[in-house]
Amino acid sequence: MAKVPVQFTLNGSEKAEFVESGTTLLHALRDKIGDTSPKGGCHQGTCGACSVIIDGELRLSCLTLAETCGGADIRTTAGLAEGGVLHPLQRAFLDGFATQCGFCTPGMIMAAKVLLDHTPNPSREDVVEALSGSICRCTGYEPIIQAVLAAARANSQNAA
Amino acid sequence: MAIRRGRGVAAINYPTGMNLGGDPTQALVHSTPTGNFMVTLSSVDLGQGMKQIMAQICAETIGVPTDRVVIDTADTDTGPHCMGTFASRGTHRAGNAVIQAAKEARQVMLEVAAEELEVNASDLETDGQGNIQVKGAPQRSISIFDVALSAHFKRGRSISGRGMFLIPRSYPEKETGAMKPSTCYAHACTVAEVEVDDETGEVTVLTVKNVFEIGRALNPKMVEQQLVGGSWMGISHALYETTEPYYPSRDHAGTDFNQYLMPGPGDLAETEIIVLERPSADGPFGAKGPGEMCANPQIPAVANAVFDAVGVRIDTLPITPERILRALKAQAAS
Ligand code: FES
Ligand code: FES
Repeated sequence: MAKVPVQFTLNGSEKAEFVESGTTLLHALRDKIGDTSPKGGCHQGTCGACSVIIDGELRLSCLTLAETCGGADIRTTAGLAEGGVLHPLQRAFLDGFATQCGFCTPGMIMAAKVLLDHTPNPSREDVVEALSGSICRCTGYEPIIQAVLAAARANSQNAA
Repeated sequence: MAIRRGRGVAAINYPTGMNLGGDPTQALVHSTPTGNFMVTLSSVDLGQGMKQIMAQICAETIGVPTDRVVIDTADTDTGPHCMGTFASRGTHRAGNAVIQAAKEARQVMLEVAAEELEVNASDLETDGQGNIQVKGAPQRSISIFDVALSAHFKRGRSISGRGMFLIPRSYPEKETGAMKPSTCYAHACTVAEVEVDDETGEVTVLTVKNVFEIGRALNPKMVEQQLVGGSWMGISHALYETTEPYYPSRDHAGTDFNQYLMPGPGDLAETEIIVLERPSADGPFGAKGPGEMCANPQIPAVANAVFDAVGVRIDTLPITPERILRALKAQAAS
């Protein structure tokens, strides 16, 4: 099949790749570009593990064709830390023991980031709603909900 | 037709590991030239925290900070033998093996330090910060870094140790059939409160209160993490999850996450966890295996709560609205 060129920014840096037409963004990110932070859980849009942020919106990279991402601003969990300093969400997940096997974690963090970008002081219901597209086998969700609320509190303290 | 409330209780004993044809796990420990300690295992960390716990156990036994220990669980082909990570056996079996291996390595380490300090090895102690010192005279000390360098480059000694922990096979007694399936049991008790809609058969779990007796909690935060996740998983098994809804028929079997139901973050019951620590006789530092045990008592507790609410006994999992409605219908007919 013919390859198509695609160019986008990933976590702030320019990427250019030739991909087979029909390649998912998940496949392009993991196997071509080498950013393995989005995980492939179901490859059919039901688990949330592959969530990334495209132009500020939460998207499932397993259901997004790479060739539709020309010119897009793509963000993944791998780009959150600044130097050695973890993003407040990463910090809160770590401090709150909100990750066990870690497979859902990047998707959860992406979903939480989009929430906090739009709603800096979310209610518990807001958090539950934001995470509802992601499934977790290990934690029972409560530690994840608490971590997102803790990150929101940390953010607003820093802002104050 | 109404929403009916019920409360159920259940208590369990849960074995740590199982009686295979003998249940062994092996561990090897060696120091690097700079005095870090490698623990080689074939036991696998699935996210339950095996690596952290093994590092703590090794560090505590050798007398070094935890961050001086590296756990290598990389390869079950080339690593020392382990029966595997299952049956809540990891901490108990591998932990005991690591203690034995670490003791042997510690002994060699102290012997090398003794030669360097020109004292008797039995007069030495570790300070837990990475140094070895003479008991009662801490100013006479040597860093473990220097001990490792000496062992490697001067004295030609390998600071290492071998550990093997074996639960021997238990055969049933001929007369009674009695046997010992496990040497160590964790315990739990759960009280669940539910609401059952007797029109739709839908169950909502309102609260789950759990008490877990898990031996010594070697890492209390990680134990809590297991128990919170496990309590949720127990409810998930009680009410939602199955690969075989009409077993043995494969009809309507879930094939993906659209059909294989698990409760999401919006379906959580108010959950309480209480930990009781009764150190086990044969566990590493008194630990037992809390991993799988913690997802069990919620299931009978929810079944009992459903009975309390609407008077029907559901004995097939998961307790779906369909099963409840069929049971209510049968109850009304009789
Ligand atoms: S891998 Fe994309 S939603 Fe599961
Ligand atoms: S931490 Fe294992 S799936 Fe969420």
